[in-house]
Amino acid sequence: MSGHASNTPDPKTAVLWDTEYHGHDVISTRSLGFFLYLLSDGMIFATLFAAYGVLSYQHSYFGGPTPADFVKPWYTFSQTIALFLSVLAYGMGMTALKRRSRGGLINGLLGAFVLGVLFLVLDIHDVLDLAAHGITVAASGGISAFIVLTQVHAAHIFFGLLWILVMIYQVLRLGFTADTVGRLLSLRMFWHFQAVVWVFVYIFVYLWGYMS
Amino acid sequence: MLVDLPGGWNPLLGRLAWSQIPYDNPILAPLFVAVVLGGIAIVALITYYGKWGYLWKEWLTTVDHKKLGVMYIIIGLVMLFRGFVDGLMIRTQQAWAVGPDSSGVFGALHGYLTPFHYGQVYSAHGLIMILLAATPLLVGFMNIIVPIQIGARDMAYPYLNALGLWITAAGAALIMASLFVGNFAHNGWFGYAPIFEIQYSPGVGVDYWMWTLQLLALGTTLGGINLLVTIIKMRAPGMTWFRLPIFVWASLSANIIALTSFPALQVALGLVAADRYLGAHFFTAGLGGNLMLYTNLFWIWGHPEVYFVILPAFGMMSEIFPVFSEKPLFGYITMVLASFAIAGVSWLVWLHHFFTMGAGPDVNSFFSVATMLVGIPTGVKVFNWAFTMYRGRLTFTAAMLWAIGALFLLLIGGLTGMMLAIPAINYMVHNSVFVIAHFHSMLLVIVYAVFGSVIFWFPKVFGFKLDEFWAKTMFWLFTTGTVLVFVPMYMLGFMGMTRRLDYVFNVHWQPYLLVMEGGIVVYTLSVFAFFVLLYVSIRDRVKNRVGADAWGTSRSLEWLTHSPVPFYNFAVTPHVNARDEAAWRRANGIAGVQPAKYVDIHMPNNTAVALYIGALTFVLGFALTWRIWWLCLASLVAIIVLMIVRSYRGDPGYIVTAAELERMEREAIARERQIDGSAGEPVVGGAPAVGRPAMAYERSDLPTTSTPPSMGPGARH
Repeated sequence: MSGHASNTPDPKTAVLWDTEYHGHDVISTRSLGFFLYLLSDGMIFATLFAAYGVLSYQHSYFGGPTPADFVKPWYTFSQTIALFLSVLAYGMGMTALKRRSRGGLINGLLGAFVLGVLFLVLDIHDVLDLAAHGITVAASGGISAFIVLTQVHAAHIFFGLLWILVMIYQVLRLGFTADTVGRLLSLRMFWHFQAVVWVFVYIFVYLWGYMS
Repeated sequence: MLVDLPGGWNPLLGRLAWSQIPYDNPILAPLFVAVVLGGIAIVALITYYGKWGYLWKEWLTTVDHKKLGVMYIIIGLVMLFRGFVDGLMIRTQQAWAVGPDSSGVFGALHGYLTPFHYGQVYSAHGLIMILLAATPLLVGFMNIIVPIQIGARDMAYPYLNALGLWITAAGAALIMASLFVGNFAHNGWFGYAPIFEIQYSPGVGVDYWMWTLQLLALGTTLGGINLLVTIIKMRAPGMTWFRLPIFVWASLSANIIALTSFPALQVALGLVAADRYLGAHFFTAGLGGNLMLYTNLFWIWGHPEVYFVILPAFGMMSEIFPVFSEKPLFGYITMVLASFAIAGVSWLVWLHHFFTMGAGPDVNSFFSVATMLVGIPTGVKVFNWAFTMYRGRLTFTAAMLWAIGALFLLLIGGLTGMMLAIPAINYMVHNSVFVIAHFHSMLLVIVYAVFGSVIFWFPKVFGFKLDEFWAKTMFWLFTTGTVLVFVPMYMLGFMGMTRRLDYVFNVHWQPYLLVMEGGIVVYTLSVFAFFVLLYVSIRDRVKNRVGADAWGTSRSLEWLTHSPVPFYNFAVTPHVNARDEAAWRRANGIAGVQPAKYVDIHMPNNTAVALYIGALTFVLGFALTWRIWWLCLASLVAIIVLMIVRSYRGDPGYIVTAAELERMEREAIARERQIDGSAGEPVVGGAPAVGRPAMAYERSDLPTTSTPPSMGPGARH
């Protein structure tokens, strides 16, 4: 005990049991856990970006089409606008939550949902268009990395949209409880995070691919 | 978009067909019969004793971190046994199939295993030992011990905890299914590009391997998040960072590694899946694929994973040495720093698994130096343990023997690791059994620490000690086996014997291989000793019951609560005053002081949803392996629907009232006073339930299990 005796209280007066200890705060505990999950999600994207980096040399495309041949920067920019407006709408909804306005929140979530669907529709249209020109995952290593990275992001958007629908239903049925508010906060982190990832996808995959 | 498959496929059953059942295999068919008979016997016994309800209520649907931890450890021990049998088969094949004159049976030219079957055996051995034995054993211990050591009632997310367990169980079930339906991968436990591509491995083996790993990665990531949040958020009052027991620090550093590295594995295998299922070209030979990309991505996870499993083992040793040296741990702060140094460096060394890739002298030098750096914090730990024992009052209990054994193995494994860190040496012994002997020394550190911990914490979880004689017998048998198997293996490595040989061409190696075979026989005896140990200990459990402080010299917080630990861990949250709280209270004569009053506590409800989702992930993995697309879709949708339904219902939990708590505490204290007289006076009268629940799940409108008690005095001093 000698090493840290100065930190330890007198055993005669020390508090041994905390009867009134109320444990941890539910929402902050959940938010921390969800934040950690997003870190692992970030690692997934980091690894995919690394794979894309390794597979974006000239020889990775095996003489076939490269992103410079098929990327339409303005088309993809419209996706960027849709996703960012979706995040903005979600943020407006969350400010309504602070005012405890259920209608405001639902409007924000609906706006985020519609704009997210728009993003996804543009993405699917793009993928189908590429496939019609024979540009699929099976084309070459470089195209595999391009398509898998962008579509893993799109899959995140799909599940985020599903989650928004679930939250609209839960807020309508259950109101603002610790559970629903905690989930809305986690979903906000998730939605913002996917937009941040999109910034990297747009710059390093679409624009960089277009210009190289 | 899906790739064209060699062989048959139909929409209903995918690739599944009668011809995929190896009923004509002379090894697997009898094993299958034995497994079926054993399964029927277990089901019959449970039915005969009417234990289905108990099993369902107390184990299958539980969210109690201790029970989940015990189930993790059971999975780990069962899979350790399966991995051991694989090892036994490998050793027997190598001792048998030596030289051109060696005989062959069961269709093998030499020995008794065909090369394809042998490839599956060593692949399964590696995968099982790392991800289904070591990982669940350590996660199980972290699950049980960490919340009690920090004075929490449960993990931060009890339901997520159950989910992690059942997904891990699904992974175990999937790899076991590969024994009897189809086959397993033959590409080694870590896989090589492009051998695992569909052109070269058209069977389902690689798919089993891939989806098993995916399930285990998912389960471990979920568990990692849970443990991190638990340690950060759930510490009892007074449990400051530098009062955390070292095992908690070790768990924290290990789970930071798990959280950041397992996603890399998931991506690496996801890209393999894209190649095999969608015809992508990530790792193909030709068409722009990159073979070494896979190896890099895999080991970017693989090496951190090695430290993910070794750090908790170091934490266990750090708990065992002080208790049986009757001294506080030497160099607490340096131990913490060393753990985080190891965790940090773990990310910078992956390339030392393939120096021979030929990345050039600059890259190899960087990774060589980074690898050698690991030796510094590890050396700090070794010296800390040695100084903990130095001039201590040593008791050579079985747990202490296992910990000391781990220390010796760490020395051998660590020094050979330093040799391998030098690229010049590494080129010479690359893929030789010298490397195999090295990492088995390191993984045996984990096995030794785990068996030490089983003995050390068994009385805390079950309330009685394991039999010392049989525990020591097992230790000496196991250690003899270790020496006999791995000393010749180091020697053979220097002689140039490469790994994974199903046929050994050099007859001069046979004496060494026969000694190793003798070693594995001794290992088998130690397995029997373990079964005897369990039998004898359970038979004599009444005699071996213990009080709260099972060893009498224990130090950390978990030894303050009763043995076995009640489902609520601590009736009243302890206030932590010292780094070694239990030792501090004992030294000051207040170890037996009980809380002055009890208040209502809030506990999570059991749930079967985690079990259902776990079962569905097995179905999903199986359907993906056999390419039964409708079943993939159905199970995936079912998982999502279950999650949504569960989130809608939520878990209000339930209240254990102060009166109920007091009754249970009185019983536990009375029992302990009978055993060792250490527990203090039980509180007289108790106190009324207060309005607010003790755990802030923020619900006060909950049903209670009984009525509040009457007012009473109840003073502590």
